[in-house]
Amino acid sequence: MKRILKGVATAGILALALTGITAGSSSAASKKLIVVGFAQTGSESGWRAANTLSMKAAFSKANGFKLIFNAADNKPEAQIAAVHSFINQRVNAIVIAAVVETGWDNVLKEAKAAKIPVFLEDRTISSAPSLYATWLGDNFLKEGTTAGLWAKQMVGTTPTNMVVIEGTTGSAPAIDRATGFNAAIKGSPIVTLDSQTGNFTRAGGKTVMEGFLQKYPKKIQLLFAQNDDMGLGALDAIKAAGLIPGKDIKIVTIDGTHDGLTALSQGEFNYVVECNPLLGAGVASLVKAVLAGKSVPKANTALDGAFDQAQATAALPTRKY
Amino acid sequence: MTRFFRSRLVWPMGALVALVLLNTISRPSFLSISVKNGQLYGSIIDILRDSAPLMLVALGMTLVIATRGIDLSVGAVMAISGAVALQFISKSTSPNRVGTVLIAIGIGVFITLLLGLWNGFLVAVVGIQPIIATLVLMLGGRGIALLITGGFITTITSSPYAQMAQGHLLGLPLAFFFSVGAIAIVGLLVRRTALGVLTESVGINPSASRLAGVRSRGIIWSIYGISGLLAGLAGILYSSNIMAADSNNAGFLIELDAILAVVLGGTSLRGGKFTLSGTVIGVFIIQTLTSTITFLGVPPAVTPVFKALVVILVCLSQSSRVRQYLGRIRHLRAAKPPIRLSGLETEVLAERKSG
Repeated sequence: MKRILKGVATAGILALALTGITAGSSSAASKKLIVVGFAQTGSESGWRAANTLSMKAAFSKANGFKLIFNAADNKPEAQIAAVHSFINQRVNAIVIAAVVETGWDNVLKEAKAAKIPVFLEDRTISSAPSLYATWLGDNFLKEGTTAGLWAKQMVGTTPTNMVVIEGTTGSAPAIDRATGFNAAIKGSPIVTLDSQTGNFTRAGGKTVMEGFLQKYPKKIQLLFAQNDDMGLGALDAIKAAGLIPGKDIKIVTIDGTHDGLTALSQGEFNYVVECNPLLGAGVASLVKAVLAGKSVPKANTALDGAFDQAQATAALPTRKY
Repeated sequence: MTRFFRSRLVWPMGALVALVLLNTISRPSFLSISVKNGQLYGSIIDILRDSAPLMLVALGMTLVIATRGIDLSVGAVMAISGAVALQFISKSTSPNRVGTVLIAIGIGVFITLLLGLWNGFLVAVVGIQPIIATLVLMLGGRGIALLITGGFITTITSSPYAQMAQGHLLGLPLAFFFSVGAIAIVGLLVRRTALGVLTESVGINPSASRLAGVRSRGIIWSIYGISGLLAGLAGILYSSNIMAADSNNAGFLIELDAILAVVLGGTSLRGGKFTLSGTVIGVFIIQTLTSTITFLGVPPAVTPVFKALVVILVCLSQSSRVRQYLGRIRHLRAAKPPIRLSGLETEVLAERKSG
């Protein structure tokens, strides 16, 4: 029995070694296909699912790519292991949507030694810029600023009471969106009554808004929800309080999901700033440019639009997520 | 009077009253109830409605804990039932028919019953420790739910389904009636039949009760089934509240809240004796605490510390040792010589007080 097991184990190791060789040789042999390893964070939200789909579509065979996809279930160590395995497989390029900002130096140095360019998608990292080729993602600070500028322009000189439903405490989007928004409304007559976390979820947004409406009956005139989901949850709470969302309480949110734009086109939201998950095409063109030896900027911000009611109605039929 | 203070329910009840008082002092509008669109409206009503999912989960958890077990999978099970029901409704051609909604709920809850029985099978038949056996589904369940919804948040428009958590009956939220119904059914089941006594005997000493002729295997198995079923219903309520199957967040960490509610209510994690009314109070403490944070305007960054403080205060108030110590201080103040007790006597006294 032991001997059989040993045999099986040896065969397994051999097979593993062989696949390693074939993977290496196939990428060398078929020069047309660019082999790209993509280390995704996981599948924690609808935004992430849309991001994954967009990457898979952009790095398709038809576009001249062979994509090796790995989702790390939001575990940093699993993600570093995935990047290691990409290096061992001698891929042509590595794309990372980093779970955390720190701890990347060693594995990135390895990639550099193996002459494999690394591309950062969506999230930034704290390593030296010389260790990666370029970054493409959304600018949370700018999203907050866009939302804030709209609010400032909308209220004009009328004193307005605002409540804020924040994202997960301590997360980069929650911090940056708040900073951008607060800087933008400075000098306007907007008074922030209260700010509380809704953890980026619908149920969280609903509970927090219920509390706000009880605490400040008939006082709230403006709501800034840091993502669509929390804003959608708050809609129910506002309706239950006998108020009309979009009229009695103006609402501005960030994300631009399909559900968010639907609410906007029905007049329940007033303004939605986009946080675009469809980064695939942009990353693919950056990969091609770097591999062709062209120089690209170190940081690329995705084009984030913003919608009012008419624009949302126009955009909805072709909205992919 | 002494007997009143020795009752286990006094301290959790006191904590609940204290929380309500704290809210009312900070904002007197906390207690106000008005009529909006023909329905009652106010903070208390919100608490009654929003506590329904946790109530269902915590009732199941109480029974599981009474058998010396624990069910960590309830949150993931909630995500699965919501995902199944909403996926069914979103694919159906008549989402607004009551029949469709009932079938969707039936399928969702039936699947979670099976999942609960699977947990029970692992614990009672295979003999895996409950914390590990239910960990399997806690980790895998969310993956299954994500698989069902394809990684996206499934949203639906279906007025009968929305009624579940958002509808009203006699001016009160319908979800509250689900809580009351579950409390009544579980209460009748365990206190008017032998199930409660048998559960306690299994929890106090599994081998002794087996030798005494109690079929502990069947009892443990069915109790995990009940826990799964209740978690499934909670998942339906959660998804109906937001009309979306949010597989990543539905019931996230609710297992911890449920265990906390059970413990706050005075049921020991060592199994055996349990109190359903204690759990009910525990659930209301947790839900009121959530509103308290908004009402007092506790900054989000320190919210966990605030919650932890309240929890440790309630737990300390239930600890017989602490109460004994406080009692001794009171004796000292009354200038009476303190009674010296040997270690054994202290233990016995503690047992008697907590029993």
